[in-house]
Order: sequence, then C-alpha cells, then structure tokens
Amino acid sequence: MLRAREITVRYGRRAVLDGVSFDVTPGQVLGLGGPSGCGKSTLARVLALMLRPAAGSLSVDGAQVRGWRQRAPRDLRTRVALLYQQPRSAVDPKLRLSEIIAEPAYATGRAGVDVSALAGEVGLTADLLGRRPHEVSDGQLQRACLARALSLEPGYLICDEMTTMLDASTQAHLVAVVNAYRDRTGAGVLAISHDEVLLERWADARAELTGAGSRPATPSPSPALRSRS
Amino acid sequence: MLDVDGLSVSFALPGATVRAVTDASFQVRPGRCLALVGESGCGKSVLAHALLGLLPGNAAVGGSAVLRTGGEALDLIGAPPAVLARKVRGRMIGLIPQSPAGHLTPVRTARSQLEEAVRELRSPRTARELAERFGLGDADLDRYPHELSGGMAQRVVNAIALAGDPGLLLADEPTTGLDRPLVDRAMGVLRELCDEGRAVLLITHDLRAAERVADDIAVMYAGRLVELGPAAQVLERPRHPYAAGLVDAQPDRSFAPIPGMPPELSHLPGGCAFAPRCARVTPACRAVPPLADGVACWEAADAARA
Repeated sequence: MLRAREITVRYGRRAVLDGVSFDVTPGQVLGLGGPSGCGKSTLARVLALMLRPAAGSLSVDGAQVRGWRQRAPRDLRTRVALLYQQPRSAVDPKLRLSEIIAEPAYATGRAGVDVSALAGEVGLTADLLGRRPHEVSDGQLQRACLARALSLEPGYLICDEMTTMLDASTQAHLVAVVNAYRDRTGAGVLAISHDEVLLERWADARAELTGAGSRPATPSPSPALRSRS
Repeated sequence: MLDVDGLSVSFALPGATVRAVTDASFQVRPGRCLALVGESGCGKSVLAHALLGLLPGNAAVGGSAVLRTGGEALDLIGAPPAVLARKVRGRMIGLIPQSPAGHLTPVRTARSQLEEAVRELRSPRTARELAERFGLGDADLDRYPHELSGGMAQRVVNAIALAGDPGLLLADEPTTGLDRPLVDRAMGVLRELCDEGRAVLLITHDLRAAERVADDIAVMYAGRLVELGPAAQVLERPRHPYAAGLVDAQPDRSFAPIPGMPPELSHLPGGCAFAPRCARVTPACRAVPPLADGVACWEAADAARA
C-alpha cells in the first residue's frame, strides 16, 4: 500500500495541497482527476519521493518515508516510478532510446536489465532503440519512457497525464501495457488525468482533487479529496 | 478560400528522404472548420508549416495551396518569403499556436504583446476591443505570461491571432495540455470564429475535440490523407480501416489499440502504407490507393461500389 496522510505542499505562501489523504492499493488502478492547476502533478512528485511536503506522512508498503529526493533510501525511491506528461522534456536529448531505458538500472548499479525485453513489452522495435529522441515521434518516445519506468519493476506506477499528448490508438496501447504490467506484478497504479472518459474506462477506483482552479495568483482553498469506489 | 492540391513535402537527410506529406488535396471554406487528425509524427504539423512558409531549408515542397481573398489569389507554396511575411502571416492566415503560454514572450506583459500585434498588423481594432472580445480584463493584460493560467494565456494568443483580421485561422494542436473544460471552451471559440465567416483549419490528435467543432474531418496516416468527409460520417461510419481503428480506440469505444506501429516516413512501404497493420488487406493493396470519393482504400472503395 502506498499511503498518503494529510499531505500539505506550499509554494511560497500558497498551499497547493492541503491535508490530502488516500491510498494506492497493490493490483488496483486508482484514477485521480481534477481541473488544471489543482495540484495533481505536485501530488505525483510527492508520491514519487521527489518533492518534500510541508506536512503530512507517506509510507510505502508499511515503510515510513523520512527523506525525500537524494535523502530517500534507494530501495524506497525505486519502489515508486513516475511517468510524465511530456516525454520530450523527460529525457536527455543526447541519449539513445536504449540508453534511456537502461539509465535507471545504470544509475542504481543494477546489472542485467534486459532492454530488448522491456522494449518488446512496450512495443518498440529494435531499429528504434538506436535512435535519439529527436528521431522518434512523441508516441514512440513515451513508449521508451514507459519502458524506463518499468525497468526496475516498481511496486507503484504513477502515470501523470501519460497520454494527453497522444492519439487514441497509442493511448489505448500504453494503457494496455500498464494494465498488463499490473496484472503480471501486482503493482498499484495511480492514473492522473483530467480526462473523465479515460478514467471512467481505466480506473478501478476514483478520487477527485478539488483545487482552486488554475489562477496561480489566487490562494488555493483546501483541496478536499473525495474517494469513491 | 484555401485550395490545397497535390501538396507534398519531403526533407532531404543524409542517406534518407523523409516524405512528411504526400499528395494532400483538400479545401477549407469560409464558415467551415476542417479538422486534420492523425497521430503524432504523421505529418500534420509539417502540412501546417508548409502553408505558413515556415519549413526549414532542407524541405522540398510540391503541389499548390491557393488562398483566395477578395478576388485575389495567391499560391502559398510558390510565394516569396517576403510576401509571406508581409501579406500572409497574421493578415491572411492567423495562427493559434500549440501551448499558448510557451508561445508568448516571457519577459513582456500580455498587453505589450497584444499591442505590438495590433501596431505591426495595422489592426482595424484596438487592443482593448480584441481583449474584450475574449473576456480579458485590464488587470489580466498587465500580467506576464507566467502569471497567466492556461485558459488566460489561450485567450491572449487568440486575441493576437485575430489582430490582423485574417480570413483563415490555423489552429495547430491548440488543446495540448488543457483540461476538458478548457478544451471545450477553446473549441467553442473556434466555432464562433467559423460562424462569423472565417475558415478554420484545426490540427489535432484529439478526436473528441474535433467532434465538437469540425464540419469536416480529414484523417492523415503516414503523410497521406486516407479519409475526408463530413465530421459525423467520419466519426460514426469511418470507411478507411485506419480511421475506423482510431475511432474505435477511444476509451468510450472498444479502447483497443490498432496493432503495430506506423511506418517510418523515411522508409514508407510500397503500396498502401497501412497495409502492414490492416486486417482487410488484399492483393490490390500493393498499389497505393488514391483518395477517391473521400477514402483512400481499395477495399472500402469496392465495398461502396458493391
């Protein structure tokens, strides 16, 4: 269980998340919706241990998170993987796709990541692996980012607007890959999207973040999290 | 208004030629919105850039794109860069860009950018009138782009696009990164601009956005138009197998992906480019099917005749 309790994040004096609590259950897809600017992506960064909240607690499979970013123990950090909305700004433009996929394993000193098996899992053909990001389409690059996210076999996968930029067929393909991974490993998935129709189809359970809307200059009232199954 | 005939764009790279657009023909009429849909990398943005004369130097362009306004006809493909800069961009064709916030200069206020467009294009309207039309208040205009929400930034770029009072609007993925209510609002604005007699060419990967605003839909695959017809017909009874697969892959339909991946535009297969992924492939597919009667598919054309 990925368990968040009373998470509060402030940017300056403005609270973007105020006392948000919920659980991501292994083997389930939790769909998180809400309008632009309500703090969905901020929440994703907290859960991936990349942003330290001002208050609140987070535990991963019972282990309490005490440090964020580089202060988090490596085995805890690699339990949660994050997939971003914009693949182009989520990769090093100088690396080849095969290096992008192998990067987490390299960075954590793990040997034996099978890049071609991962590529096959997400539907990337061998000839694409030697290319650099500018030589492939957004859909192909997002497949590589998904392969990278799955490379360390995370227990929890956070998909932050994973398919907003992509066409219907590529979206359906990536969702099928995530679901297959969930079925194979029993991982928990947090699917963040503003697309109601997508979440309705994809998620086993639903949660809604109700924020201040998208005017960055106005302070945000407390986002309340409603959970319904 | 805009007559595109046999438009082709290719890029010469060392050792390869990328055929981004092949033999595209379509029209955009005043008061109508044509949505060009297809997956990322299928050539739809290149097509838009070709119309604006914004292609890089290694592009080879063929065919024609004749824009008619007030008895004057101009072929955008053959026009010299100076004519495109002085007469076309902003004045005859307005661009509604992808990611509005990123399109604006970060170091100047919305007002200063809108006023610049009004001044440069000798707009018949004032900045205040344009701002009012899109519901922008005085205080909003004094903000810098990073202080604007996604919806506000979009209103600013819409106001700038209309400064030169263009008859044709080109909206290139205008909904990227916006949530559904903002997408709906953006599409509502495009519809209004259509209804006041402008021609709109919308480029998008989002079928639901297209459905809200388009009169006609053109589906692009591997650089070619494979289906072109009235929006309701293309979305409800698609005839080309790729269009059918795309419609069916939506989350409120079967949510099933089309098997395989699109071909590389530098290594297009001979014959129909969709054949390797197609369930209805026949020997006839070894030849490229022309876009005839709204569909570029031998099978679908046969079915229509039968």
